[in-house]
Amino acid sequence: MFSAFFTLMQYEIKITLRLAYSWLTPLLFFVIVVSLFPFAVGPDPILLLKIAPGILWVSALLAILISIDHLFRDDAQTGYLDLLLLSPHPLSLLMLSKIFAHWLTHCLPLIIISPLLGFLLHLPANEEYALVMSLLLGTPVLILLGAIGAALVVGIRSHGLLLPILIMPLYVPVLIFGTGALMAASLNQPINGYLAIMAVLLLLSLAFAPFLTGMALRIGVNQ
Amino acid sequence: MLSWFTHHFLAPKSFYKTSWFLLPWLMGAFIIFFVYGLIAGLFIAPADYQQGDGFRIIYVHVPSAFTAMAIYLVMAICALLTLVWRIKIAAICMACSAEIGAWFTLLALVTGSIWGKPMWGTWWIWDARLTSVLILLFLYLGFIALRSVINDISNRDRASSIIALVGAINLPIIHYSVIWWNTLHQGPSLMQFAAPSIAPAMLHPLVSMIIAFLLFYAIILILRMQNEILIREIKTEWVKRVIAL
Repeated sequence: MFSAFFTLMQYEIKITLRLAYSWLTPLLFFVIVVSLFPFAVGPDPILLLKIAPGILWVSALLAILISIDHLFRDDAQTGYLDLLLLSPHPLSLLMLSKIFAHWLTHCLPLIIISPLLGFLLHLPANEEYALVMSLLLGTPVLILLGAIGAALVVGIRSHGLLLPILIMPLYVPVLIFGTGALMAASLNQPINGYLAIMAVLLLLSLAFAPFLTGMALRIGVNQ
Repeated sequence: MLSWFTHHFLAPKSFYKTSWFLLPWLMGAFIIFFVYGLIAGLFIAPADYQQGDGFRIIYVHVPSAFTAMAIYLVMAICALLTLVWRIKIAAICMACSAEIGAWFTLLALVTGSIWGKPMWGTWWIWDARLTSVLILLFLYLGFIALRSVINDISNRDRASSIIALVGAINLPIIHYSVIWWNTLHQGPSLMQFAAPSIAPAMLHPLVSMIIAFLLFYAIILILRMQNEILIREIKTEWVKRVIAL
């Protein structure tokens, strides 16, 4: 059972890494959106430092939202998804494996580059730490919740912006505690409380989302 | 017993017929509660010592907010019934509730905004409760948007059930995180007028209006469900007979 988990994950990672376009686009999107903000609000370092948590978190959220649409869409077109659905292994486990592979290939690069972007926005060291930790705990939740929506719309041809509309309201708690951790760090307050709550969100979505994604996928592919 | 209940009493056909008997009773009760609530709320209840007569918008605002949340709860329960037991009537109830719920949420936001202007001095404030109601509206709209793009009825019901359930699990989390967010960012400087309790003369019309709004929802829901049942079962004999009449 667990060998299926790891085999699928390895396969997913290999495929994604071969298509550099797939994992580089969200990363570039993240970098470009963040660097647009100084043009929009002015280069004032104090202002940038003040709104940096919001800029970084919202840009990361949008980048992930864009990447998540490809989680099932390409697989559905090649018929690979139907094979997954026919597999004797529990669907939730396969979903978890796919989601984890997606996180490794699409979110981890964002997290790795985020301190650099924080540096451009003049973040001090403790805020950089809060940024990386909150992204580490928060981005899996975004992917897990997004996977449910991506599975639901996988069979719909012209879905346009439907996926963001469905999913974004659910991202509010992650956004609140993610930026909250950074704001607390900027006031030199402890951030463990925020990280603990984000860990709770992560555990909750880990428990429910793979199952719901599998269920949604069975409905989604029938359309 | 249970399967008899779900397969015969809750079958769309028998629901269509029994609901006709329910409607006059619901309408009668609605008129009683609504008229009492309006008269007592607008004329009999004393003016608020701080807000004067301006507070009377509470008799529209609170019932619509309450109904909007109650409808989402009904939708979530129907979603569970649809996904687990595949009860047809639950799916129809969920489908027909969404637009009503979205309208009540919008009404709650608009009346809250109108109330906020004279009392807080601003049309909108990023207050915890206002913000959670706004997100509730987004959840309703997402649900409606998802339904509008799926053609097959059974897929549409099941897909939207999942999103309704996910929304229902998330709504309390969103609500409490928004409360936390709000207390982090700003003190309750504008909300301090909120009294911990409300005088009975003001409370009774309010409860009556809440019941009236819920009854109104039930009436509109039944009318919409009857329509939906006719549309879904258009190919059956009994619908042809009903339409022919």
